[in-house]
Amino acid sequence: MGATATTGNKGKGVRSDCFITLELTDLGGIQLQVESKVAVMYGDTIRKEALEILDFFGIKNARLTIEDSGALSLVLAARIEAAIKKLIASEKNWLPALQEENRYATAKERNRFSRLYLPGNSPSLMINAGIHKPDGIILDLEDAVAPDKKDEARFLVRNALCGIDFYGAERMVRINQGERGIEDLDYLIPYNVNLILLPKCELPDQVHAVNKKIREIVSRHSLSVNPIWIMPIIESALGVINAYDIASCSGNIVALAIGLEDYTADLGTKRTAEGTESFFARSMVVNAARAAGIQPIDSVFSDVGDMEGLRQNVLRSKALGFDGMGCIHPRQIVVIHETFAPTPDEIEKAKKIVSAFHKAQEQGLGVVALGTKMIDPPVVKRALNTINLALKMNKLAENWRESYEQI
Amino acid sequence: MNKFDKLVTNAAGRIVPTVINGKPAVPYMGVGKYKPEGFRAAPKIASCADFPSDGNKTVPSLKDALLKAGLRDGITISTHHHFRNGDLVATQIFDIAHELGIRDLVWYPSASFPCHEPMTRYLEDGTINRIEGSMNGALGRFTSEGKMKGLGVLRSHGGRYQAVQDGEVHIDIAVIAAPTADQFGDANGVNGTAACGPLGFALADSQYADKVIVVTDNLVPFPCLPWQINGNYVDYVVVMDKIGIPEKIVSGTTEITKSPDRLLLAEWSARFCDEAGLIYDGFSFQAGAGGTALSIGIYFSEILRARKWKARFARGGSNKYLVQMLEEGLVEYILDGQTFDLDGVRSMRDNPHHTWTSPFTSYNYHGKGNFSSMVDIVILGATEVDVNFNANVVTHSDGYLLHGIGGWQNTLFGKCVILPIPLFRDRMPVVRDRVTTICGPGELIDVIVTERGIAINPLRTDLIEKMKHSSLPIRTIEDLKAEAEKICGVPAKPKLTDEVVAVVKWVDGTVLDSIWRVDL
Repeated sequence: MGATATTGNKGKGVRSDCFITLELTDLGGIQLQVESKVAVMYGDTIRKEALEILDFFGIKNARLTIEDSGALSLVLAARIEAAIKKLIASEKNWLPALQEENRYATAKERNRFSRLYLPGNSPSLMINAGIHKPDGIILDLEDAVAPDKKDEARFLVRNALCGIDFYGAERMVRINQGERGIEDLDYLIPYNVNLILLPKCELPDQVHAVNKKIREIVSRHSLSVNPIWIMPIIESALGVINAYDIASCSGNIVALAIGLEDYTADLGTKRTAEGTESFFARSMVVNAARAAGIQPIDSVFSDVGDMEGLRQNVLRSKALGFDGMGCIHPRQIVVIHETFAPTPDEIEKAKKIVSAFHKAQEQGLGVVALGTKMIDPPVVKRALNTINLALKMNKLAENWRESYEQI
Repeated sequence: MNKFDKLVTNAAGRIVPTVINGKPAVPYMGVGKYKPEGFRAAPKIASCADFPSDGNKTVPSLKDALLKAGLRDGITISTHHHFRNGDLVATQIFDIAHELGIRDLVWYPSASFPCHEPMTRYLEDGTINRIEGSMNGALGRFTSEGKMKGLGVLRSHGGRYQAVQDGEVHIDIAVIAAPTADQFGDANGVNGTAACGPLGFALADSQYADKVIVVTDNLVPFPCLPWQINGNYVDYVVVMDKIGIPEKIVSGTTEITKSPDRLLLAEWSARFCDEAGLIYDGFSFQAGAGGTALSIGIYFSEILRARKWKARFARGGSNKYLVQMLEEGLVEYILDGQTFDLDGVRSMRDNPHHTWTSPFTSYNYHGKGNFSSMVDIVILGATEVDVNFNANVVTHSDGYLLHGIGGWQNTLFGKCVILPIPLFRDRMPVVRDRVTTICGPGELIDVIVTERGIAINPLRTDLIEKMKHSSLPIRTIEDLKAEAEKICGVPAKPKLTDEVVAVVKWVDGTVLDSIWRVDL
């Protein structure tokens, strides 16, 4: 028997995926076997594509078995390519087209209230992720992928970046720690990833290593790429202590996130609902991020069934100064957005202040006043932020000032 | 005798036989176009002289009852499906027939379930010639592969009543499994260990069959109240140890969906209804039993509660969620065709605002009106929809017959019919150029809600106008189809033969479409 590789998933509950068994043989040409729940509609397409891929990699003799649970073409291709590359070394890549709608750039200051974590080796969760309108979608190559699946997940994530429409969500990938994480970048940078999450960040050098590799890939491929942002995740005591150095070490860092499971483990304590044990770390991250002029982002809330608990958590998070948090289930997105959004009271108050500010400017006054009360510049700044946010979230009409009765 | 003969193209553009199992059939002519003349069928005149004056119609066993009722080759035997997957009676009838060497029976169930898979044995050995009703799962597969001797006929719940009433189907023996009955044959479904709620699906059977057998495991002294089935129609009563498996009858498995994609469909559907002004104080809706439909009920509740409104009535399939709405005062009446859990059964038994209905009152198209056209909002599912809004509920895109029609066709007459469906399932596009089988004409289907956009039927200019400024993603159906095909690829057509294995009847008894044998 020749060398054999398997990739993908099968079995009960597996959807939109396939399981590949590839055996290289010495003779006999290609023996292809396809079992598919969509055989009637796509059986011929699947066979044709599988043969093309084998041919592309110069494989002339092999037994290929595809057990398909309704995988999209880009998933099937990722699984077959991953199996091939387990058996032979090749510099070539079988790429789905990078779709026009997946070429968008994201702005440094955009909202990052919610970022939805998706396991990097589970295609069924990726396909519809964008319809839930998170601010960002994270294809996770790190903790959500089993160690023996990490190689094949790279191909799936690469193909997802090319072919799956996330409908405007910021296209994020959490890479692995250490050298593997740096290697992950080869599968991401040419395919319009918007943001790299850098786990277990403790030193600015880790950020520099990522940026060095990005520059290398860009120049090697002579790519003209959109900006690639970095969000370091602080998950250890050392990371917390170095938070400001990390946050300020590079111009493409847009946010600093905190990961509390690893952090509390590092402290030798446990994560609690009230979060006393992480108060210092959270405050450090908020302060470091604000000092560096970037967004502080909170950890995930892991009980996906408890929406009220989530809401309370977001309120605490917002009160500490965070600008967003991670989520692990699409139903958390709405709660996070609604709770981070300015409240009607906050908007009303901001309208008064901003309105007074504009009036003072029009009249050439240096001082903003509301009635007899003087308004300090930071208060004006905060009110302007609230109004901008309300505008962005459709909680306020663009022309609100026209209809706003000045007091 | 050929299973089918004389194919023509009907008004839906589908090729259908005009001779089915040796009898003439009318091709579909359009919605509301076919109006048969003449009189309804009538059962034979009976005489009290032939029945015991003490009212005791019990016989020792189902076999005795079947023999007394004239069990013989080629007759039609009906059963109902109120016990769903917990039915222990239907299969026993055919076990007895098989043991007696009876052949070529027609089974006329109101629906079939996985528990009826043993029937394939009797279809294979010739005990049963064909099923007229629904062919789900294994029975559908069996039919699709051309193994059934006769031609299958699929009818809606209303169409089943219509077929009996119009004399299209003559039931020789009706076997009515009843959770509670008396010796006279009065029966109900709200008491007893096999309590299932109403017995409406057996109404036509009791009224029109030559012989009616009531089978119960809870015999009570006369009178059995309430009497959903009148003993005056009944010939024999059989008492058995157990007629159904309670946990499979009221499975309670229909829960609110946890799938984020389906919740999105539910939320958008409810928002659509609200923004289009379909929800108002005193409106009515058809509550489906699927996870998505249940979730829509939850969103409706929130809207009603916030505005202090009430729905005047809801049409069920009832279950605990609908019962909660009734008990909270968000719904004034439940008009219930079948009951999915014990909360539903309890409510129907104890709450005068929760009443049972039958296919006659709710769905029969050959009546002087029915309830279905009075419902404001109807939420339904489908396996496929096409760019003309035609929908399929019986076959999958690979051509296999896998589901029955249920009340689906009948409820299409509601004022606004909304189908919340995914744009594709795994890799199978749900919005297609042409549905594999047409079960509902597009002119009756108003809105398709998918996770990637909502399409309004161009015929509903009123809804299009109302939703002009909506923040919901309103798109054309062609646009949705194109997106499905971009994601999944263009699907190949199923490989089908030119052999008809079953037909889909429209609510008026005309032939809407054919189901073709799959090419293995």
